[in-house]
Amino acid sequence: MAFLEVRNLHVEVEDKNILNGLTLSVEKGQVVAIMGPNGSGKSTLAYVLAGKDDYKVTEGDVLLNGESALEMAPDERAARGVFLAFQYPVEVPGVATMTFLRTALNAQRKTRGEPEVTTPEFMKLVRDTASHLGISQEMLRRAVNVGFSGGEKKRNEILQMAVLQPQLAVLDETDSGLDIDALKIVADGVNRLRSPARAIVVITHYQRLLNYIVPDAVHVLAKGRVVKSGGKELALELEAKGYSQFQDEAA
Amino acid sequence: MNADVRAMKTPAEQALSAAFAAARGKLPGKGAVTALRDDAFRRFDASGLPHRRIEEWKYTDLRALMREAKPLAEPAKATGVVPALPGVEASRIAVVNGRFEPSWSNFNTSDSGITLTELFAFAAEPTNYRLGDVPGKDDTAFWLNTAFMTGGVALRVKKSASNHKPVHIAHLFAGDAAAAMYPRCVVIVEPGAQLTLIESFDGPGVLDYQINSALELIIGNGARVNHIKVGNDGGAALRLSTLGVTVGANATYNDFAFTTGGAVVRNQAFVRFDGEGTVAAIGGATLVRGRRHVDNTLVIEHAAGGCTSRERFRAVLDGQSHSIFQGKIIVNPHAQKTDAKMASHALLLSDEAEAVNKPELEIFADDVQCGHGATAGALDSALKFYLMSRGIPEKQAEALLIQAFVGEAIEEIAHEGVREAIMQAAVSWLDARG
Repeated sequence: MAFLEVRNLHVEVEDKNILNGLTLSVEKGQVVAIMGPNGSGKSTLAYVLAGKDDYKVTEGDVLLNGESALEMAPDERAARGVFLAFQYPVEVPGVATMTFLRTALNAQRKTRGEPEVTTPEFMKLVRDTASHLGISQEMLRRAVNVGFSGGEKKRNEILQMAVLQPQLAVLDETDSGLDIDALKIVADGVNRLRSPARAIVVITHYQRLLNYIVPDAVHVLAKGRVVKSGGKELALELEAKGYSQFQDEAA
Repeated sequence: MNADVRAMKTPAEQALSAAFAAARGKLPGKGAVTALRDDAFRRFDASGLPHRRIEEWKYTDLRALMREAKPLAEPAKATGVVPALPGVEASRIAVVNGRFEPSWSNFNTSDSGITLTELFAFAAEPTNYRLGDVPGKDDTAFWLNTAFMTGGVALRVKKSASNHKPVHIAHLFAGDAAAAMYPRCVVIVEPGAQLTLIESFDGPGVLDYQINSALELIIGNGARVNHIKVGNDGGAALRLSTLGVTVGANATYNDFAFTTGGAVVRNQAFVRFDGEGTVAAIGGATLVRGRRHVDNTLVIEHAAGGCTSRERFRAVLDGQSHSIFQGKIIVNPHAQKTDAKMASHALLLSDEAEAVNKPELEIFADDVQCGHGATAGALDSALKFYLMSRGIPEKQAEALLIQAFVGEAIEEIAHEGVREAIMQAAVSWLDARG
């Protein structure tokens, strides 16, 4: 059974239909890329999976490990293994990154009935991951994302993902605003998290990121549903031909 | 006909007049003190309790909020202990039911650099100090305090003082029926001396006692002073606290007012910078719920140039509570190179809570940097979603964000132990929110 099953999902935002019968399934061990033009519903899908308010599901369902997630609060979904790497990570003044990570990890463990992480265990986990991602100790002491550059914020998202060890990671345009060096660091961070125990959904406009994070499957989204699916070569085709063909098909 | 005839006296005003007439001959202090009391009460009697048409008291209408005047508190019957700040080792001066109680105190008097005197003994000493001659002396609440002064202490800290342990003036109401008290304290920090002064206010939760306190704080040239006021009054109490401060040249002055208790609280600070080169941070944090009303009013006068002042206040409001911030910065004509910035932020956790921010700048010098900012709003839903998306449950996410908000004000407290105790008190307040 697929870990994530999106069935005929219809979603409205402020009385506007954004997703129109989206169906998608992602299995553990898989990396699935979702591509599509602006306004095709990619970010809406990401937010709906994470459980953001203001998104009204009018039809269809989202199943996590066979259970409907639509009634679950964002924190419950996180405890069940969902992680969203934000396109625009927010700044959280006054909350140190280390405190934030630890609070989140322990909250998830508590919900799952697991014991709290020990301090040495936690410190080692964060330090090791941070060093791979080029995140300094000084950044870890600072408030979450406050004063971070765009690239630092994206790396911080990957750090959180590595610490929280989700079963489903959704990366919403994690490549946007990254230069090529930062892109490689972020892609390496994601690749290290590829695992038979984890499903990864990579949402992106461009094929470039997929040179570094090679997907098992590619789905093209247009007008709120999947209009074409294929292997990694589909991304190359899109890069060459653009999205206009699908926008016409969907219309 | 007298055109100045004012409205009929309220029951509280009548009770205050009767109380003063009855107590006048019995209140402590002689000669000059009696004259001070008479003059202060005459001024109070001419104006009455301040109300909403008095600009300085517009948002804390005492005529409406103080329906009656309680009888003067009797001295504490037994001895006991006053509440301490957890984890802070301090020399404690107990002011119980408005009077200095040596037996409740644990004040270390072996340091010849620090002298502690009972208020009226101090007033009787031949010194140059003129009691009550501080900024704020024209305020109605201060007049009432002067008229009824029930007791207090005078503390003098010399440069030679070797003991730098914080001094804690702990105000406590320990009576078993509601009463009124009017403690007055004088703290003189001599040139080059340093002091961390904690002032706390506690009392039983069920009694609608009234405390009108005043502190005269004289900071000498080059002195370093931290003053932290912890308002932890019972939920039915009415507290009016006046702080009158003069600051000399090249001093460092940090002031912080932390308020969680009381039904109606007004912290009013009147600060005057008399010498150049002083750096001051005056701030506060208010955490209120229920129908509590907390007013922080500030009048900062830059009488000398070249001083830096930062005023930063934060309030967290739940239920139907009210928080008022009034901050006025006055820069006198010769106070060039003044650098004064004021910010007041309120976080509203409920639709029925109300925050008022009233910043004012009166600048008469032309070469200054002054500014103010004020905000009031709910918790940021995008921030909350971000935290929840990481697995943090809603209440905990809110608590973390509220703690971060108020923590940015509490971080200004220079004394580490006190800062931690206050942060812990804020966390306890949040925990009680459930």
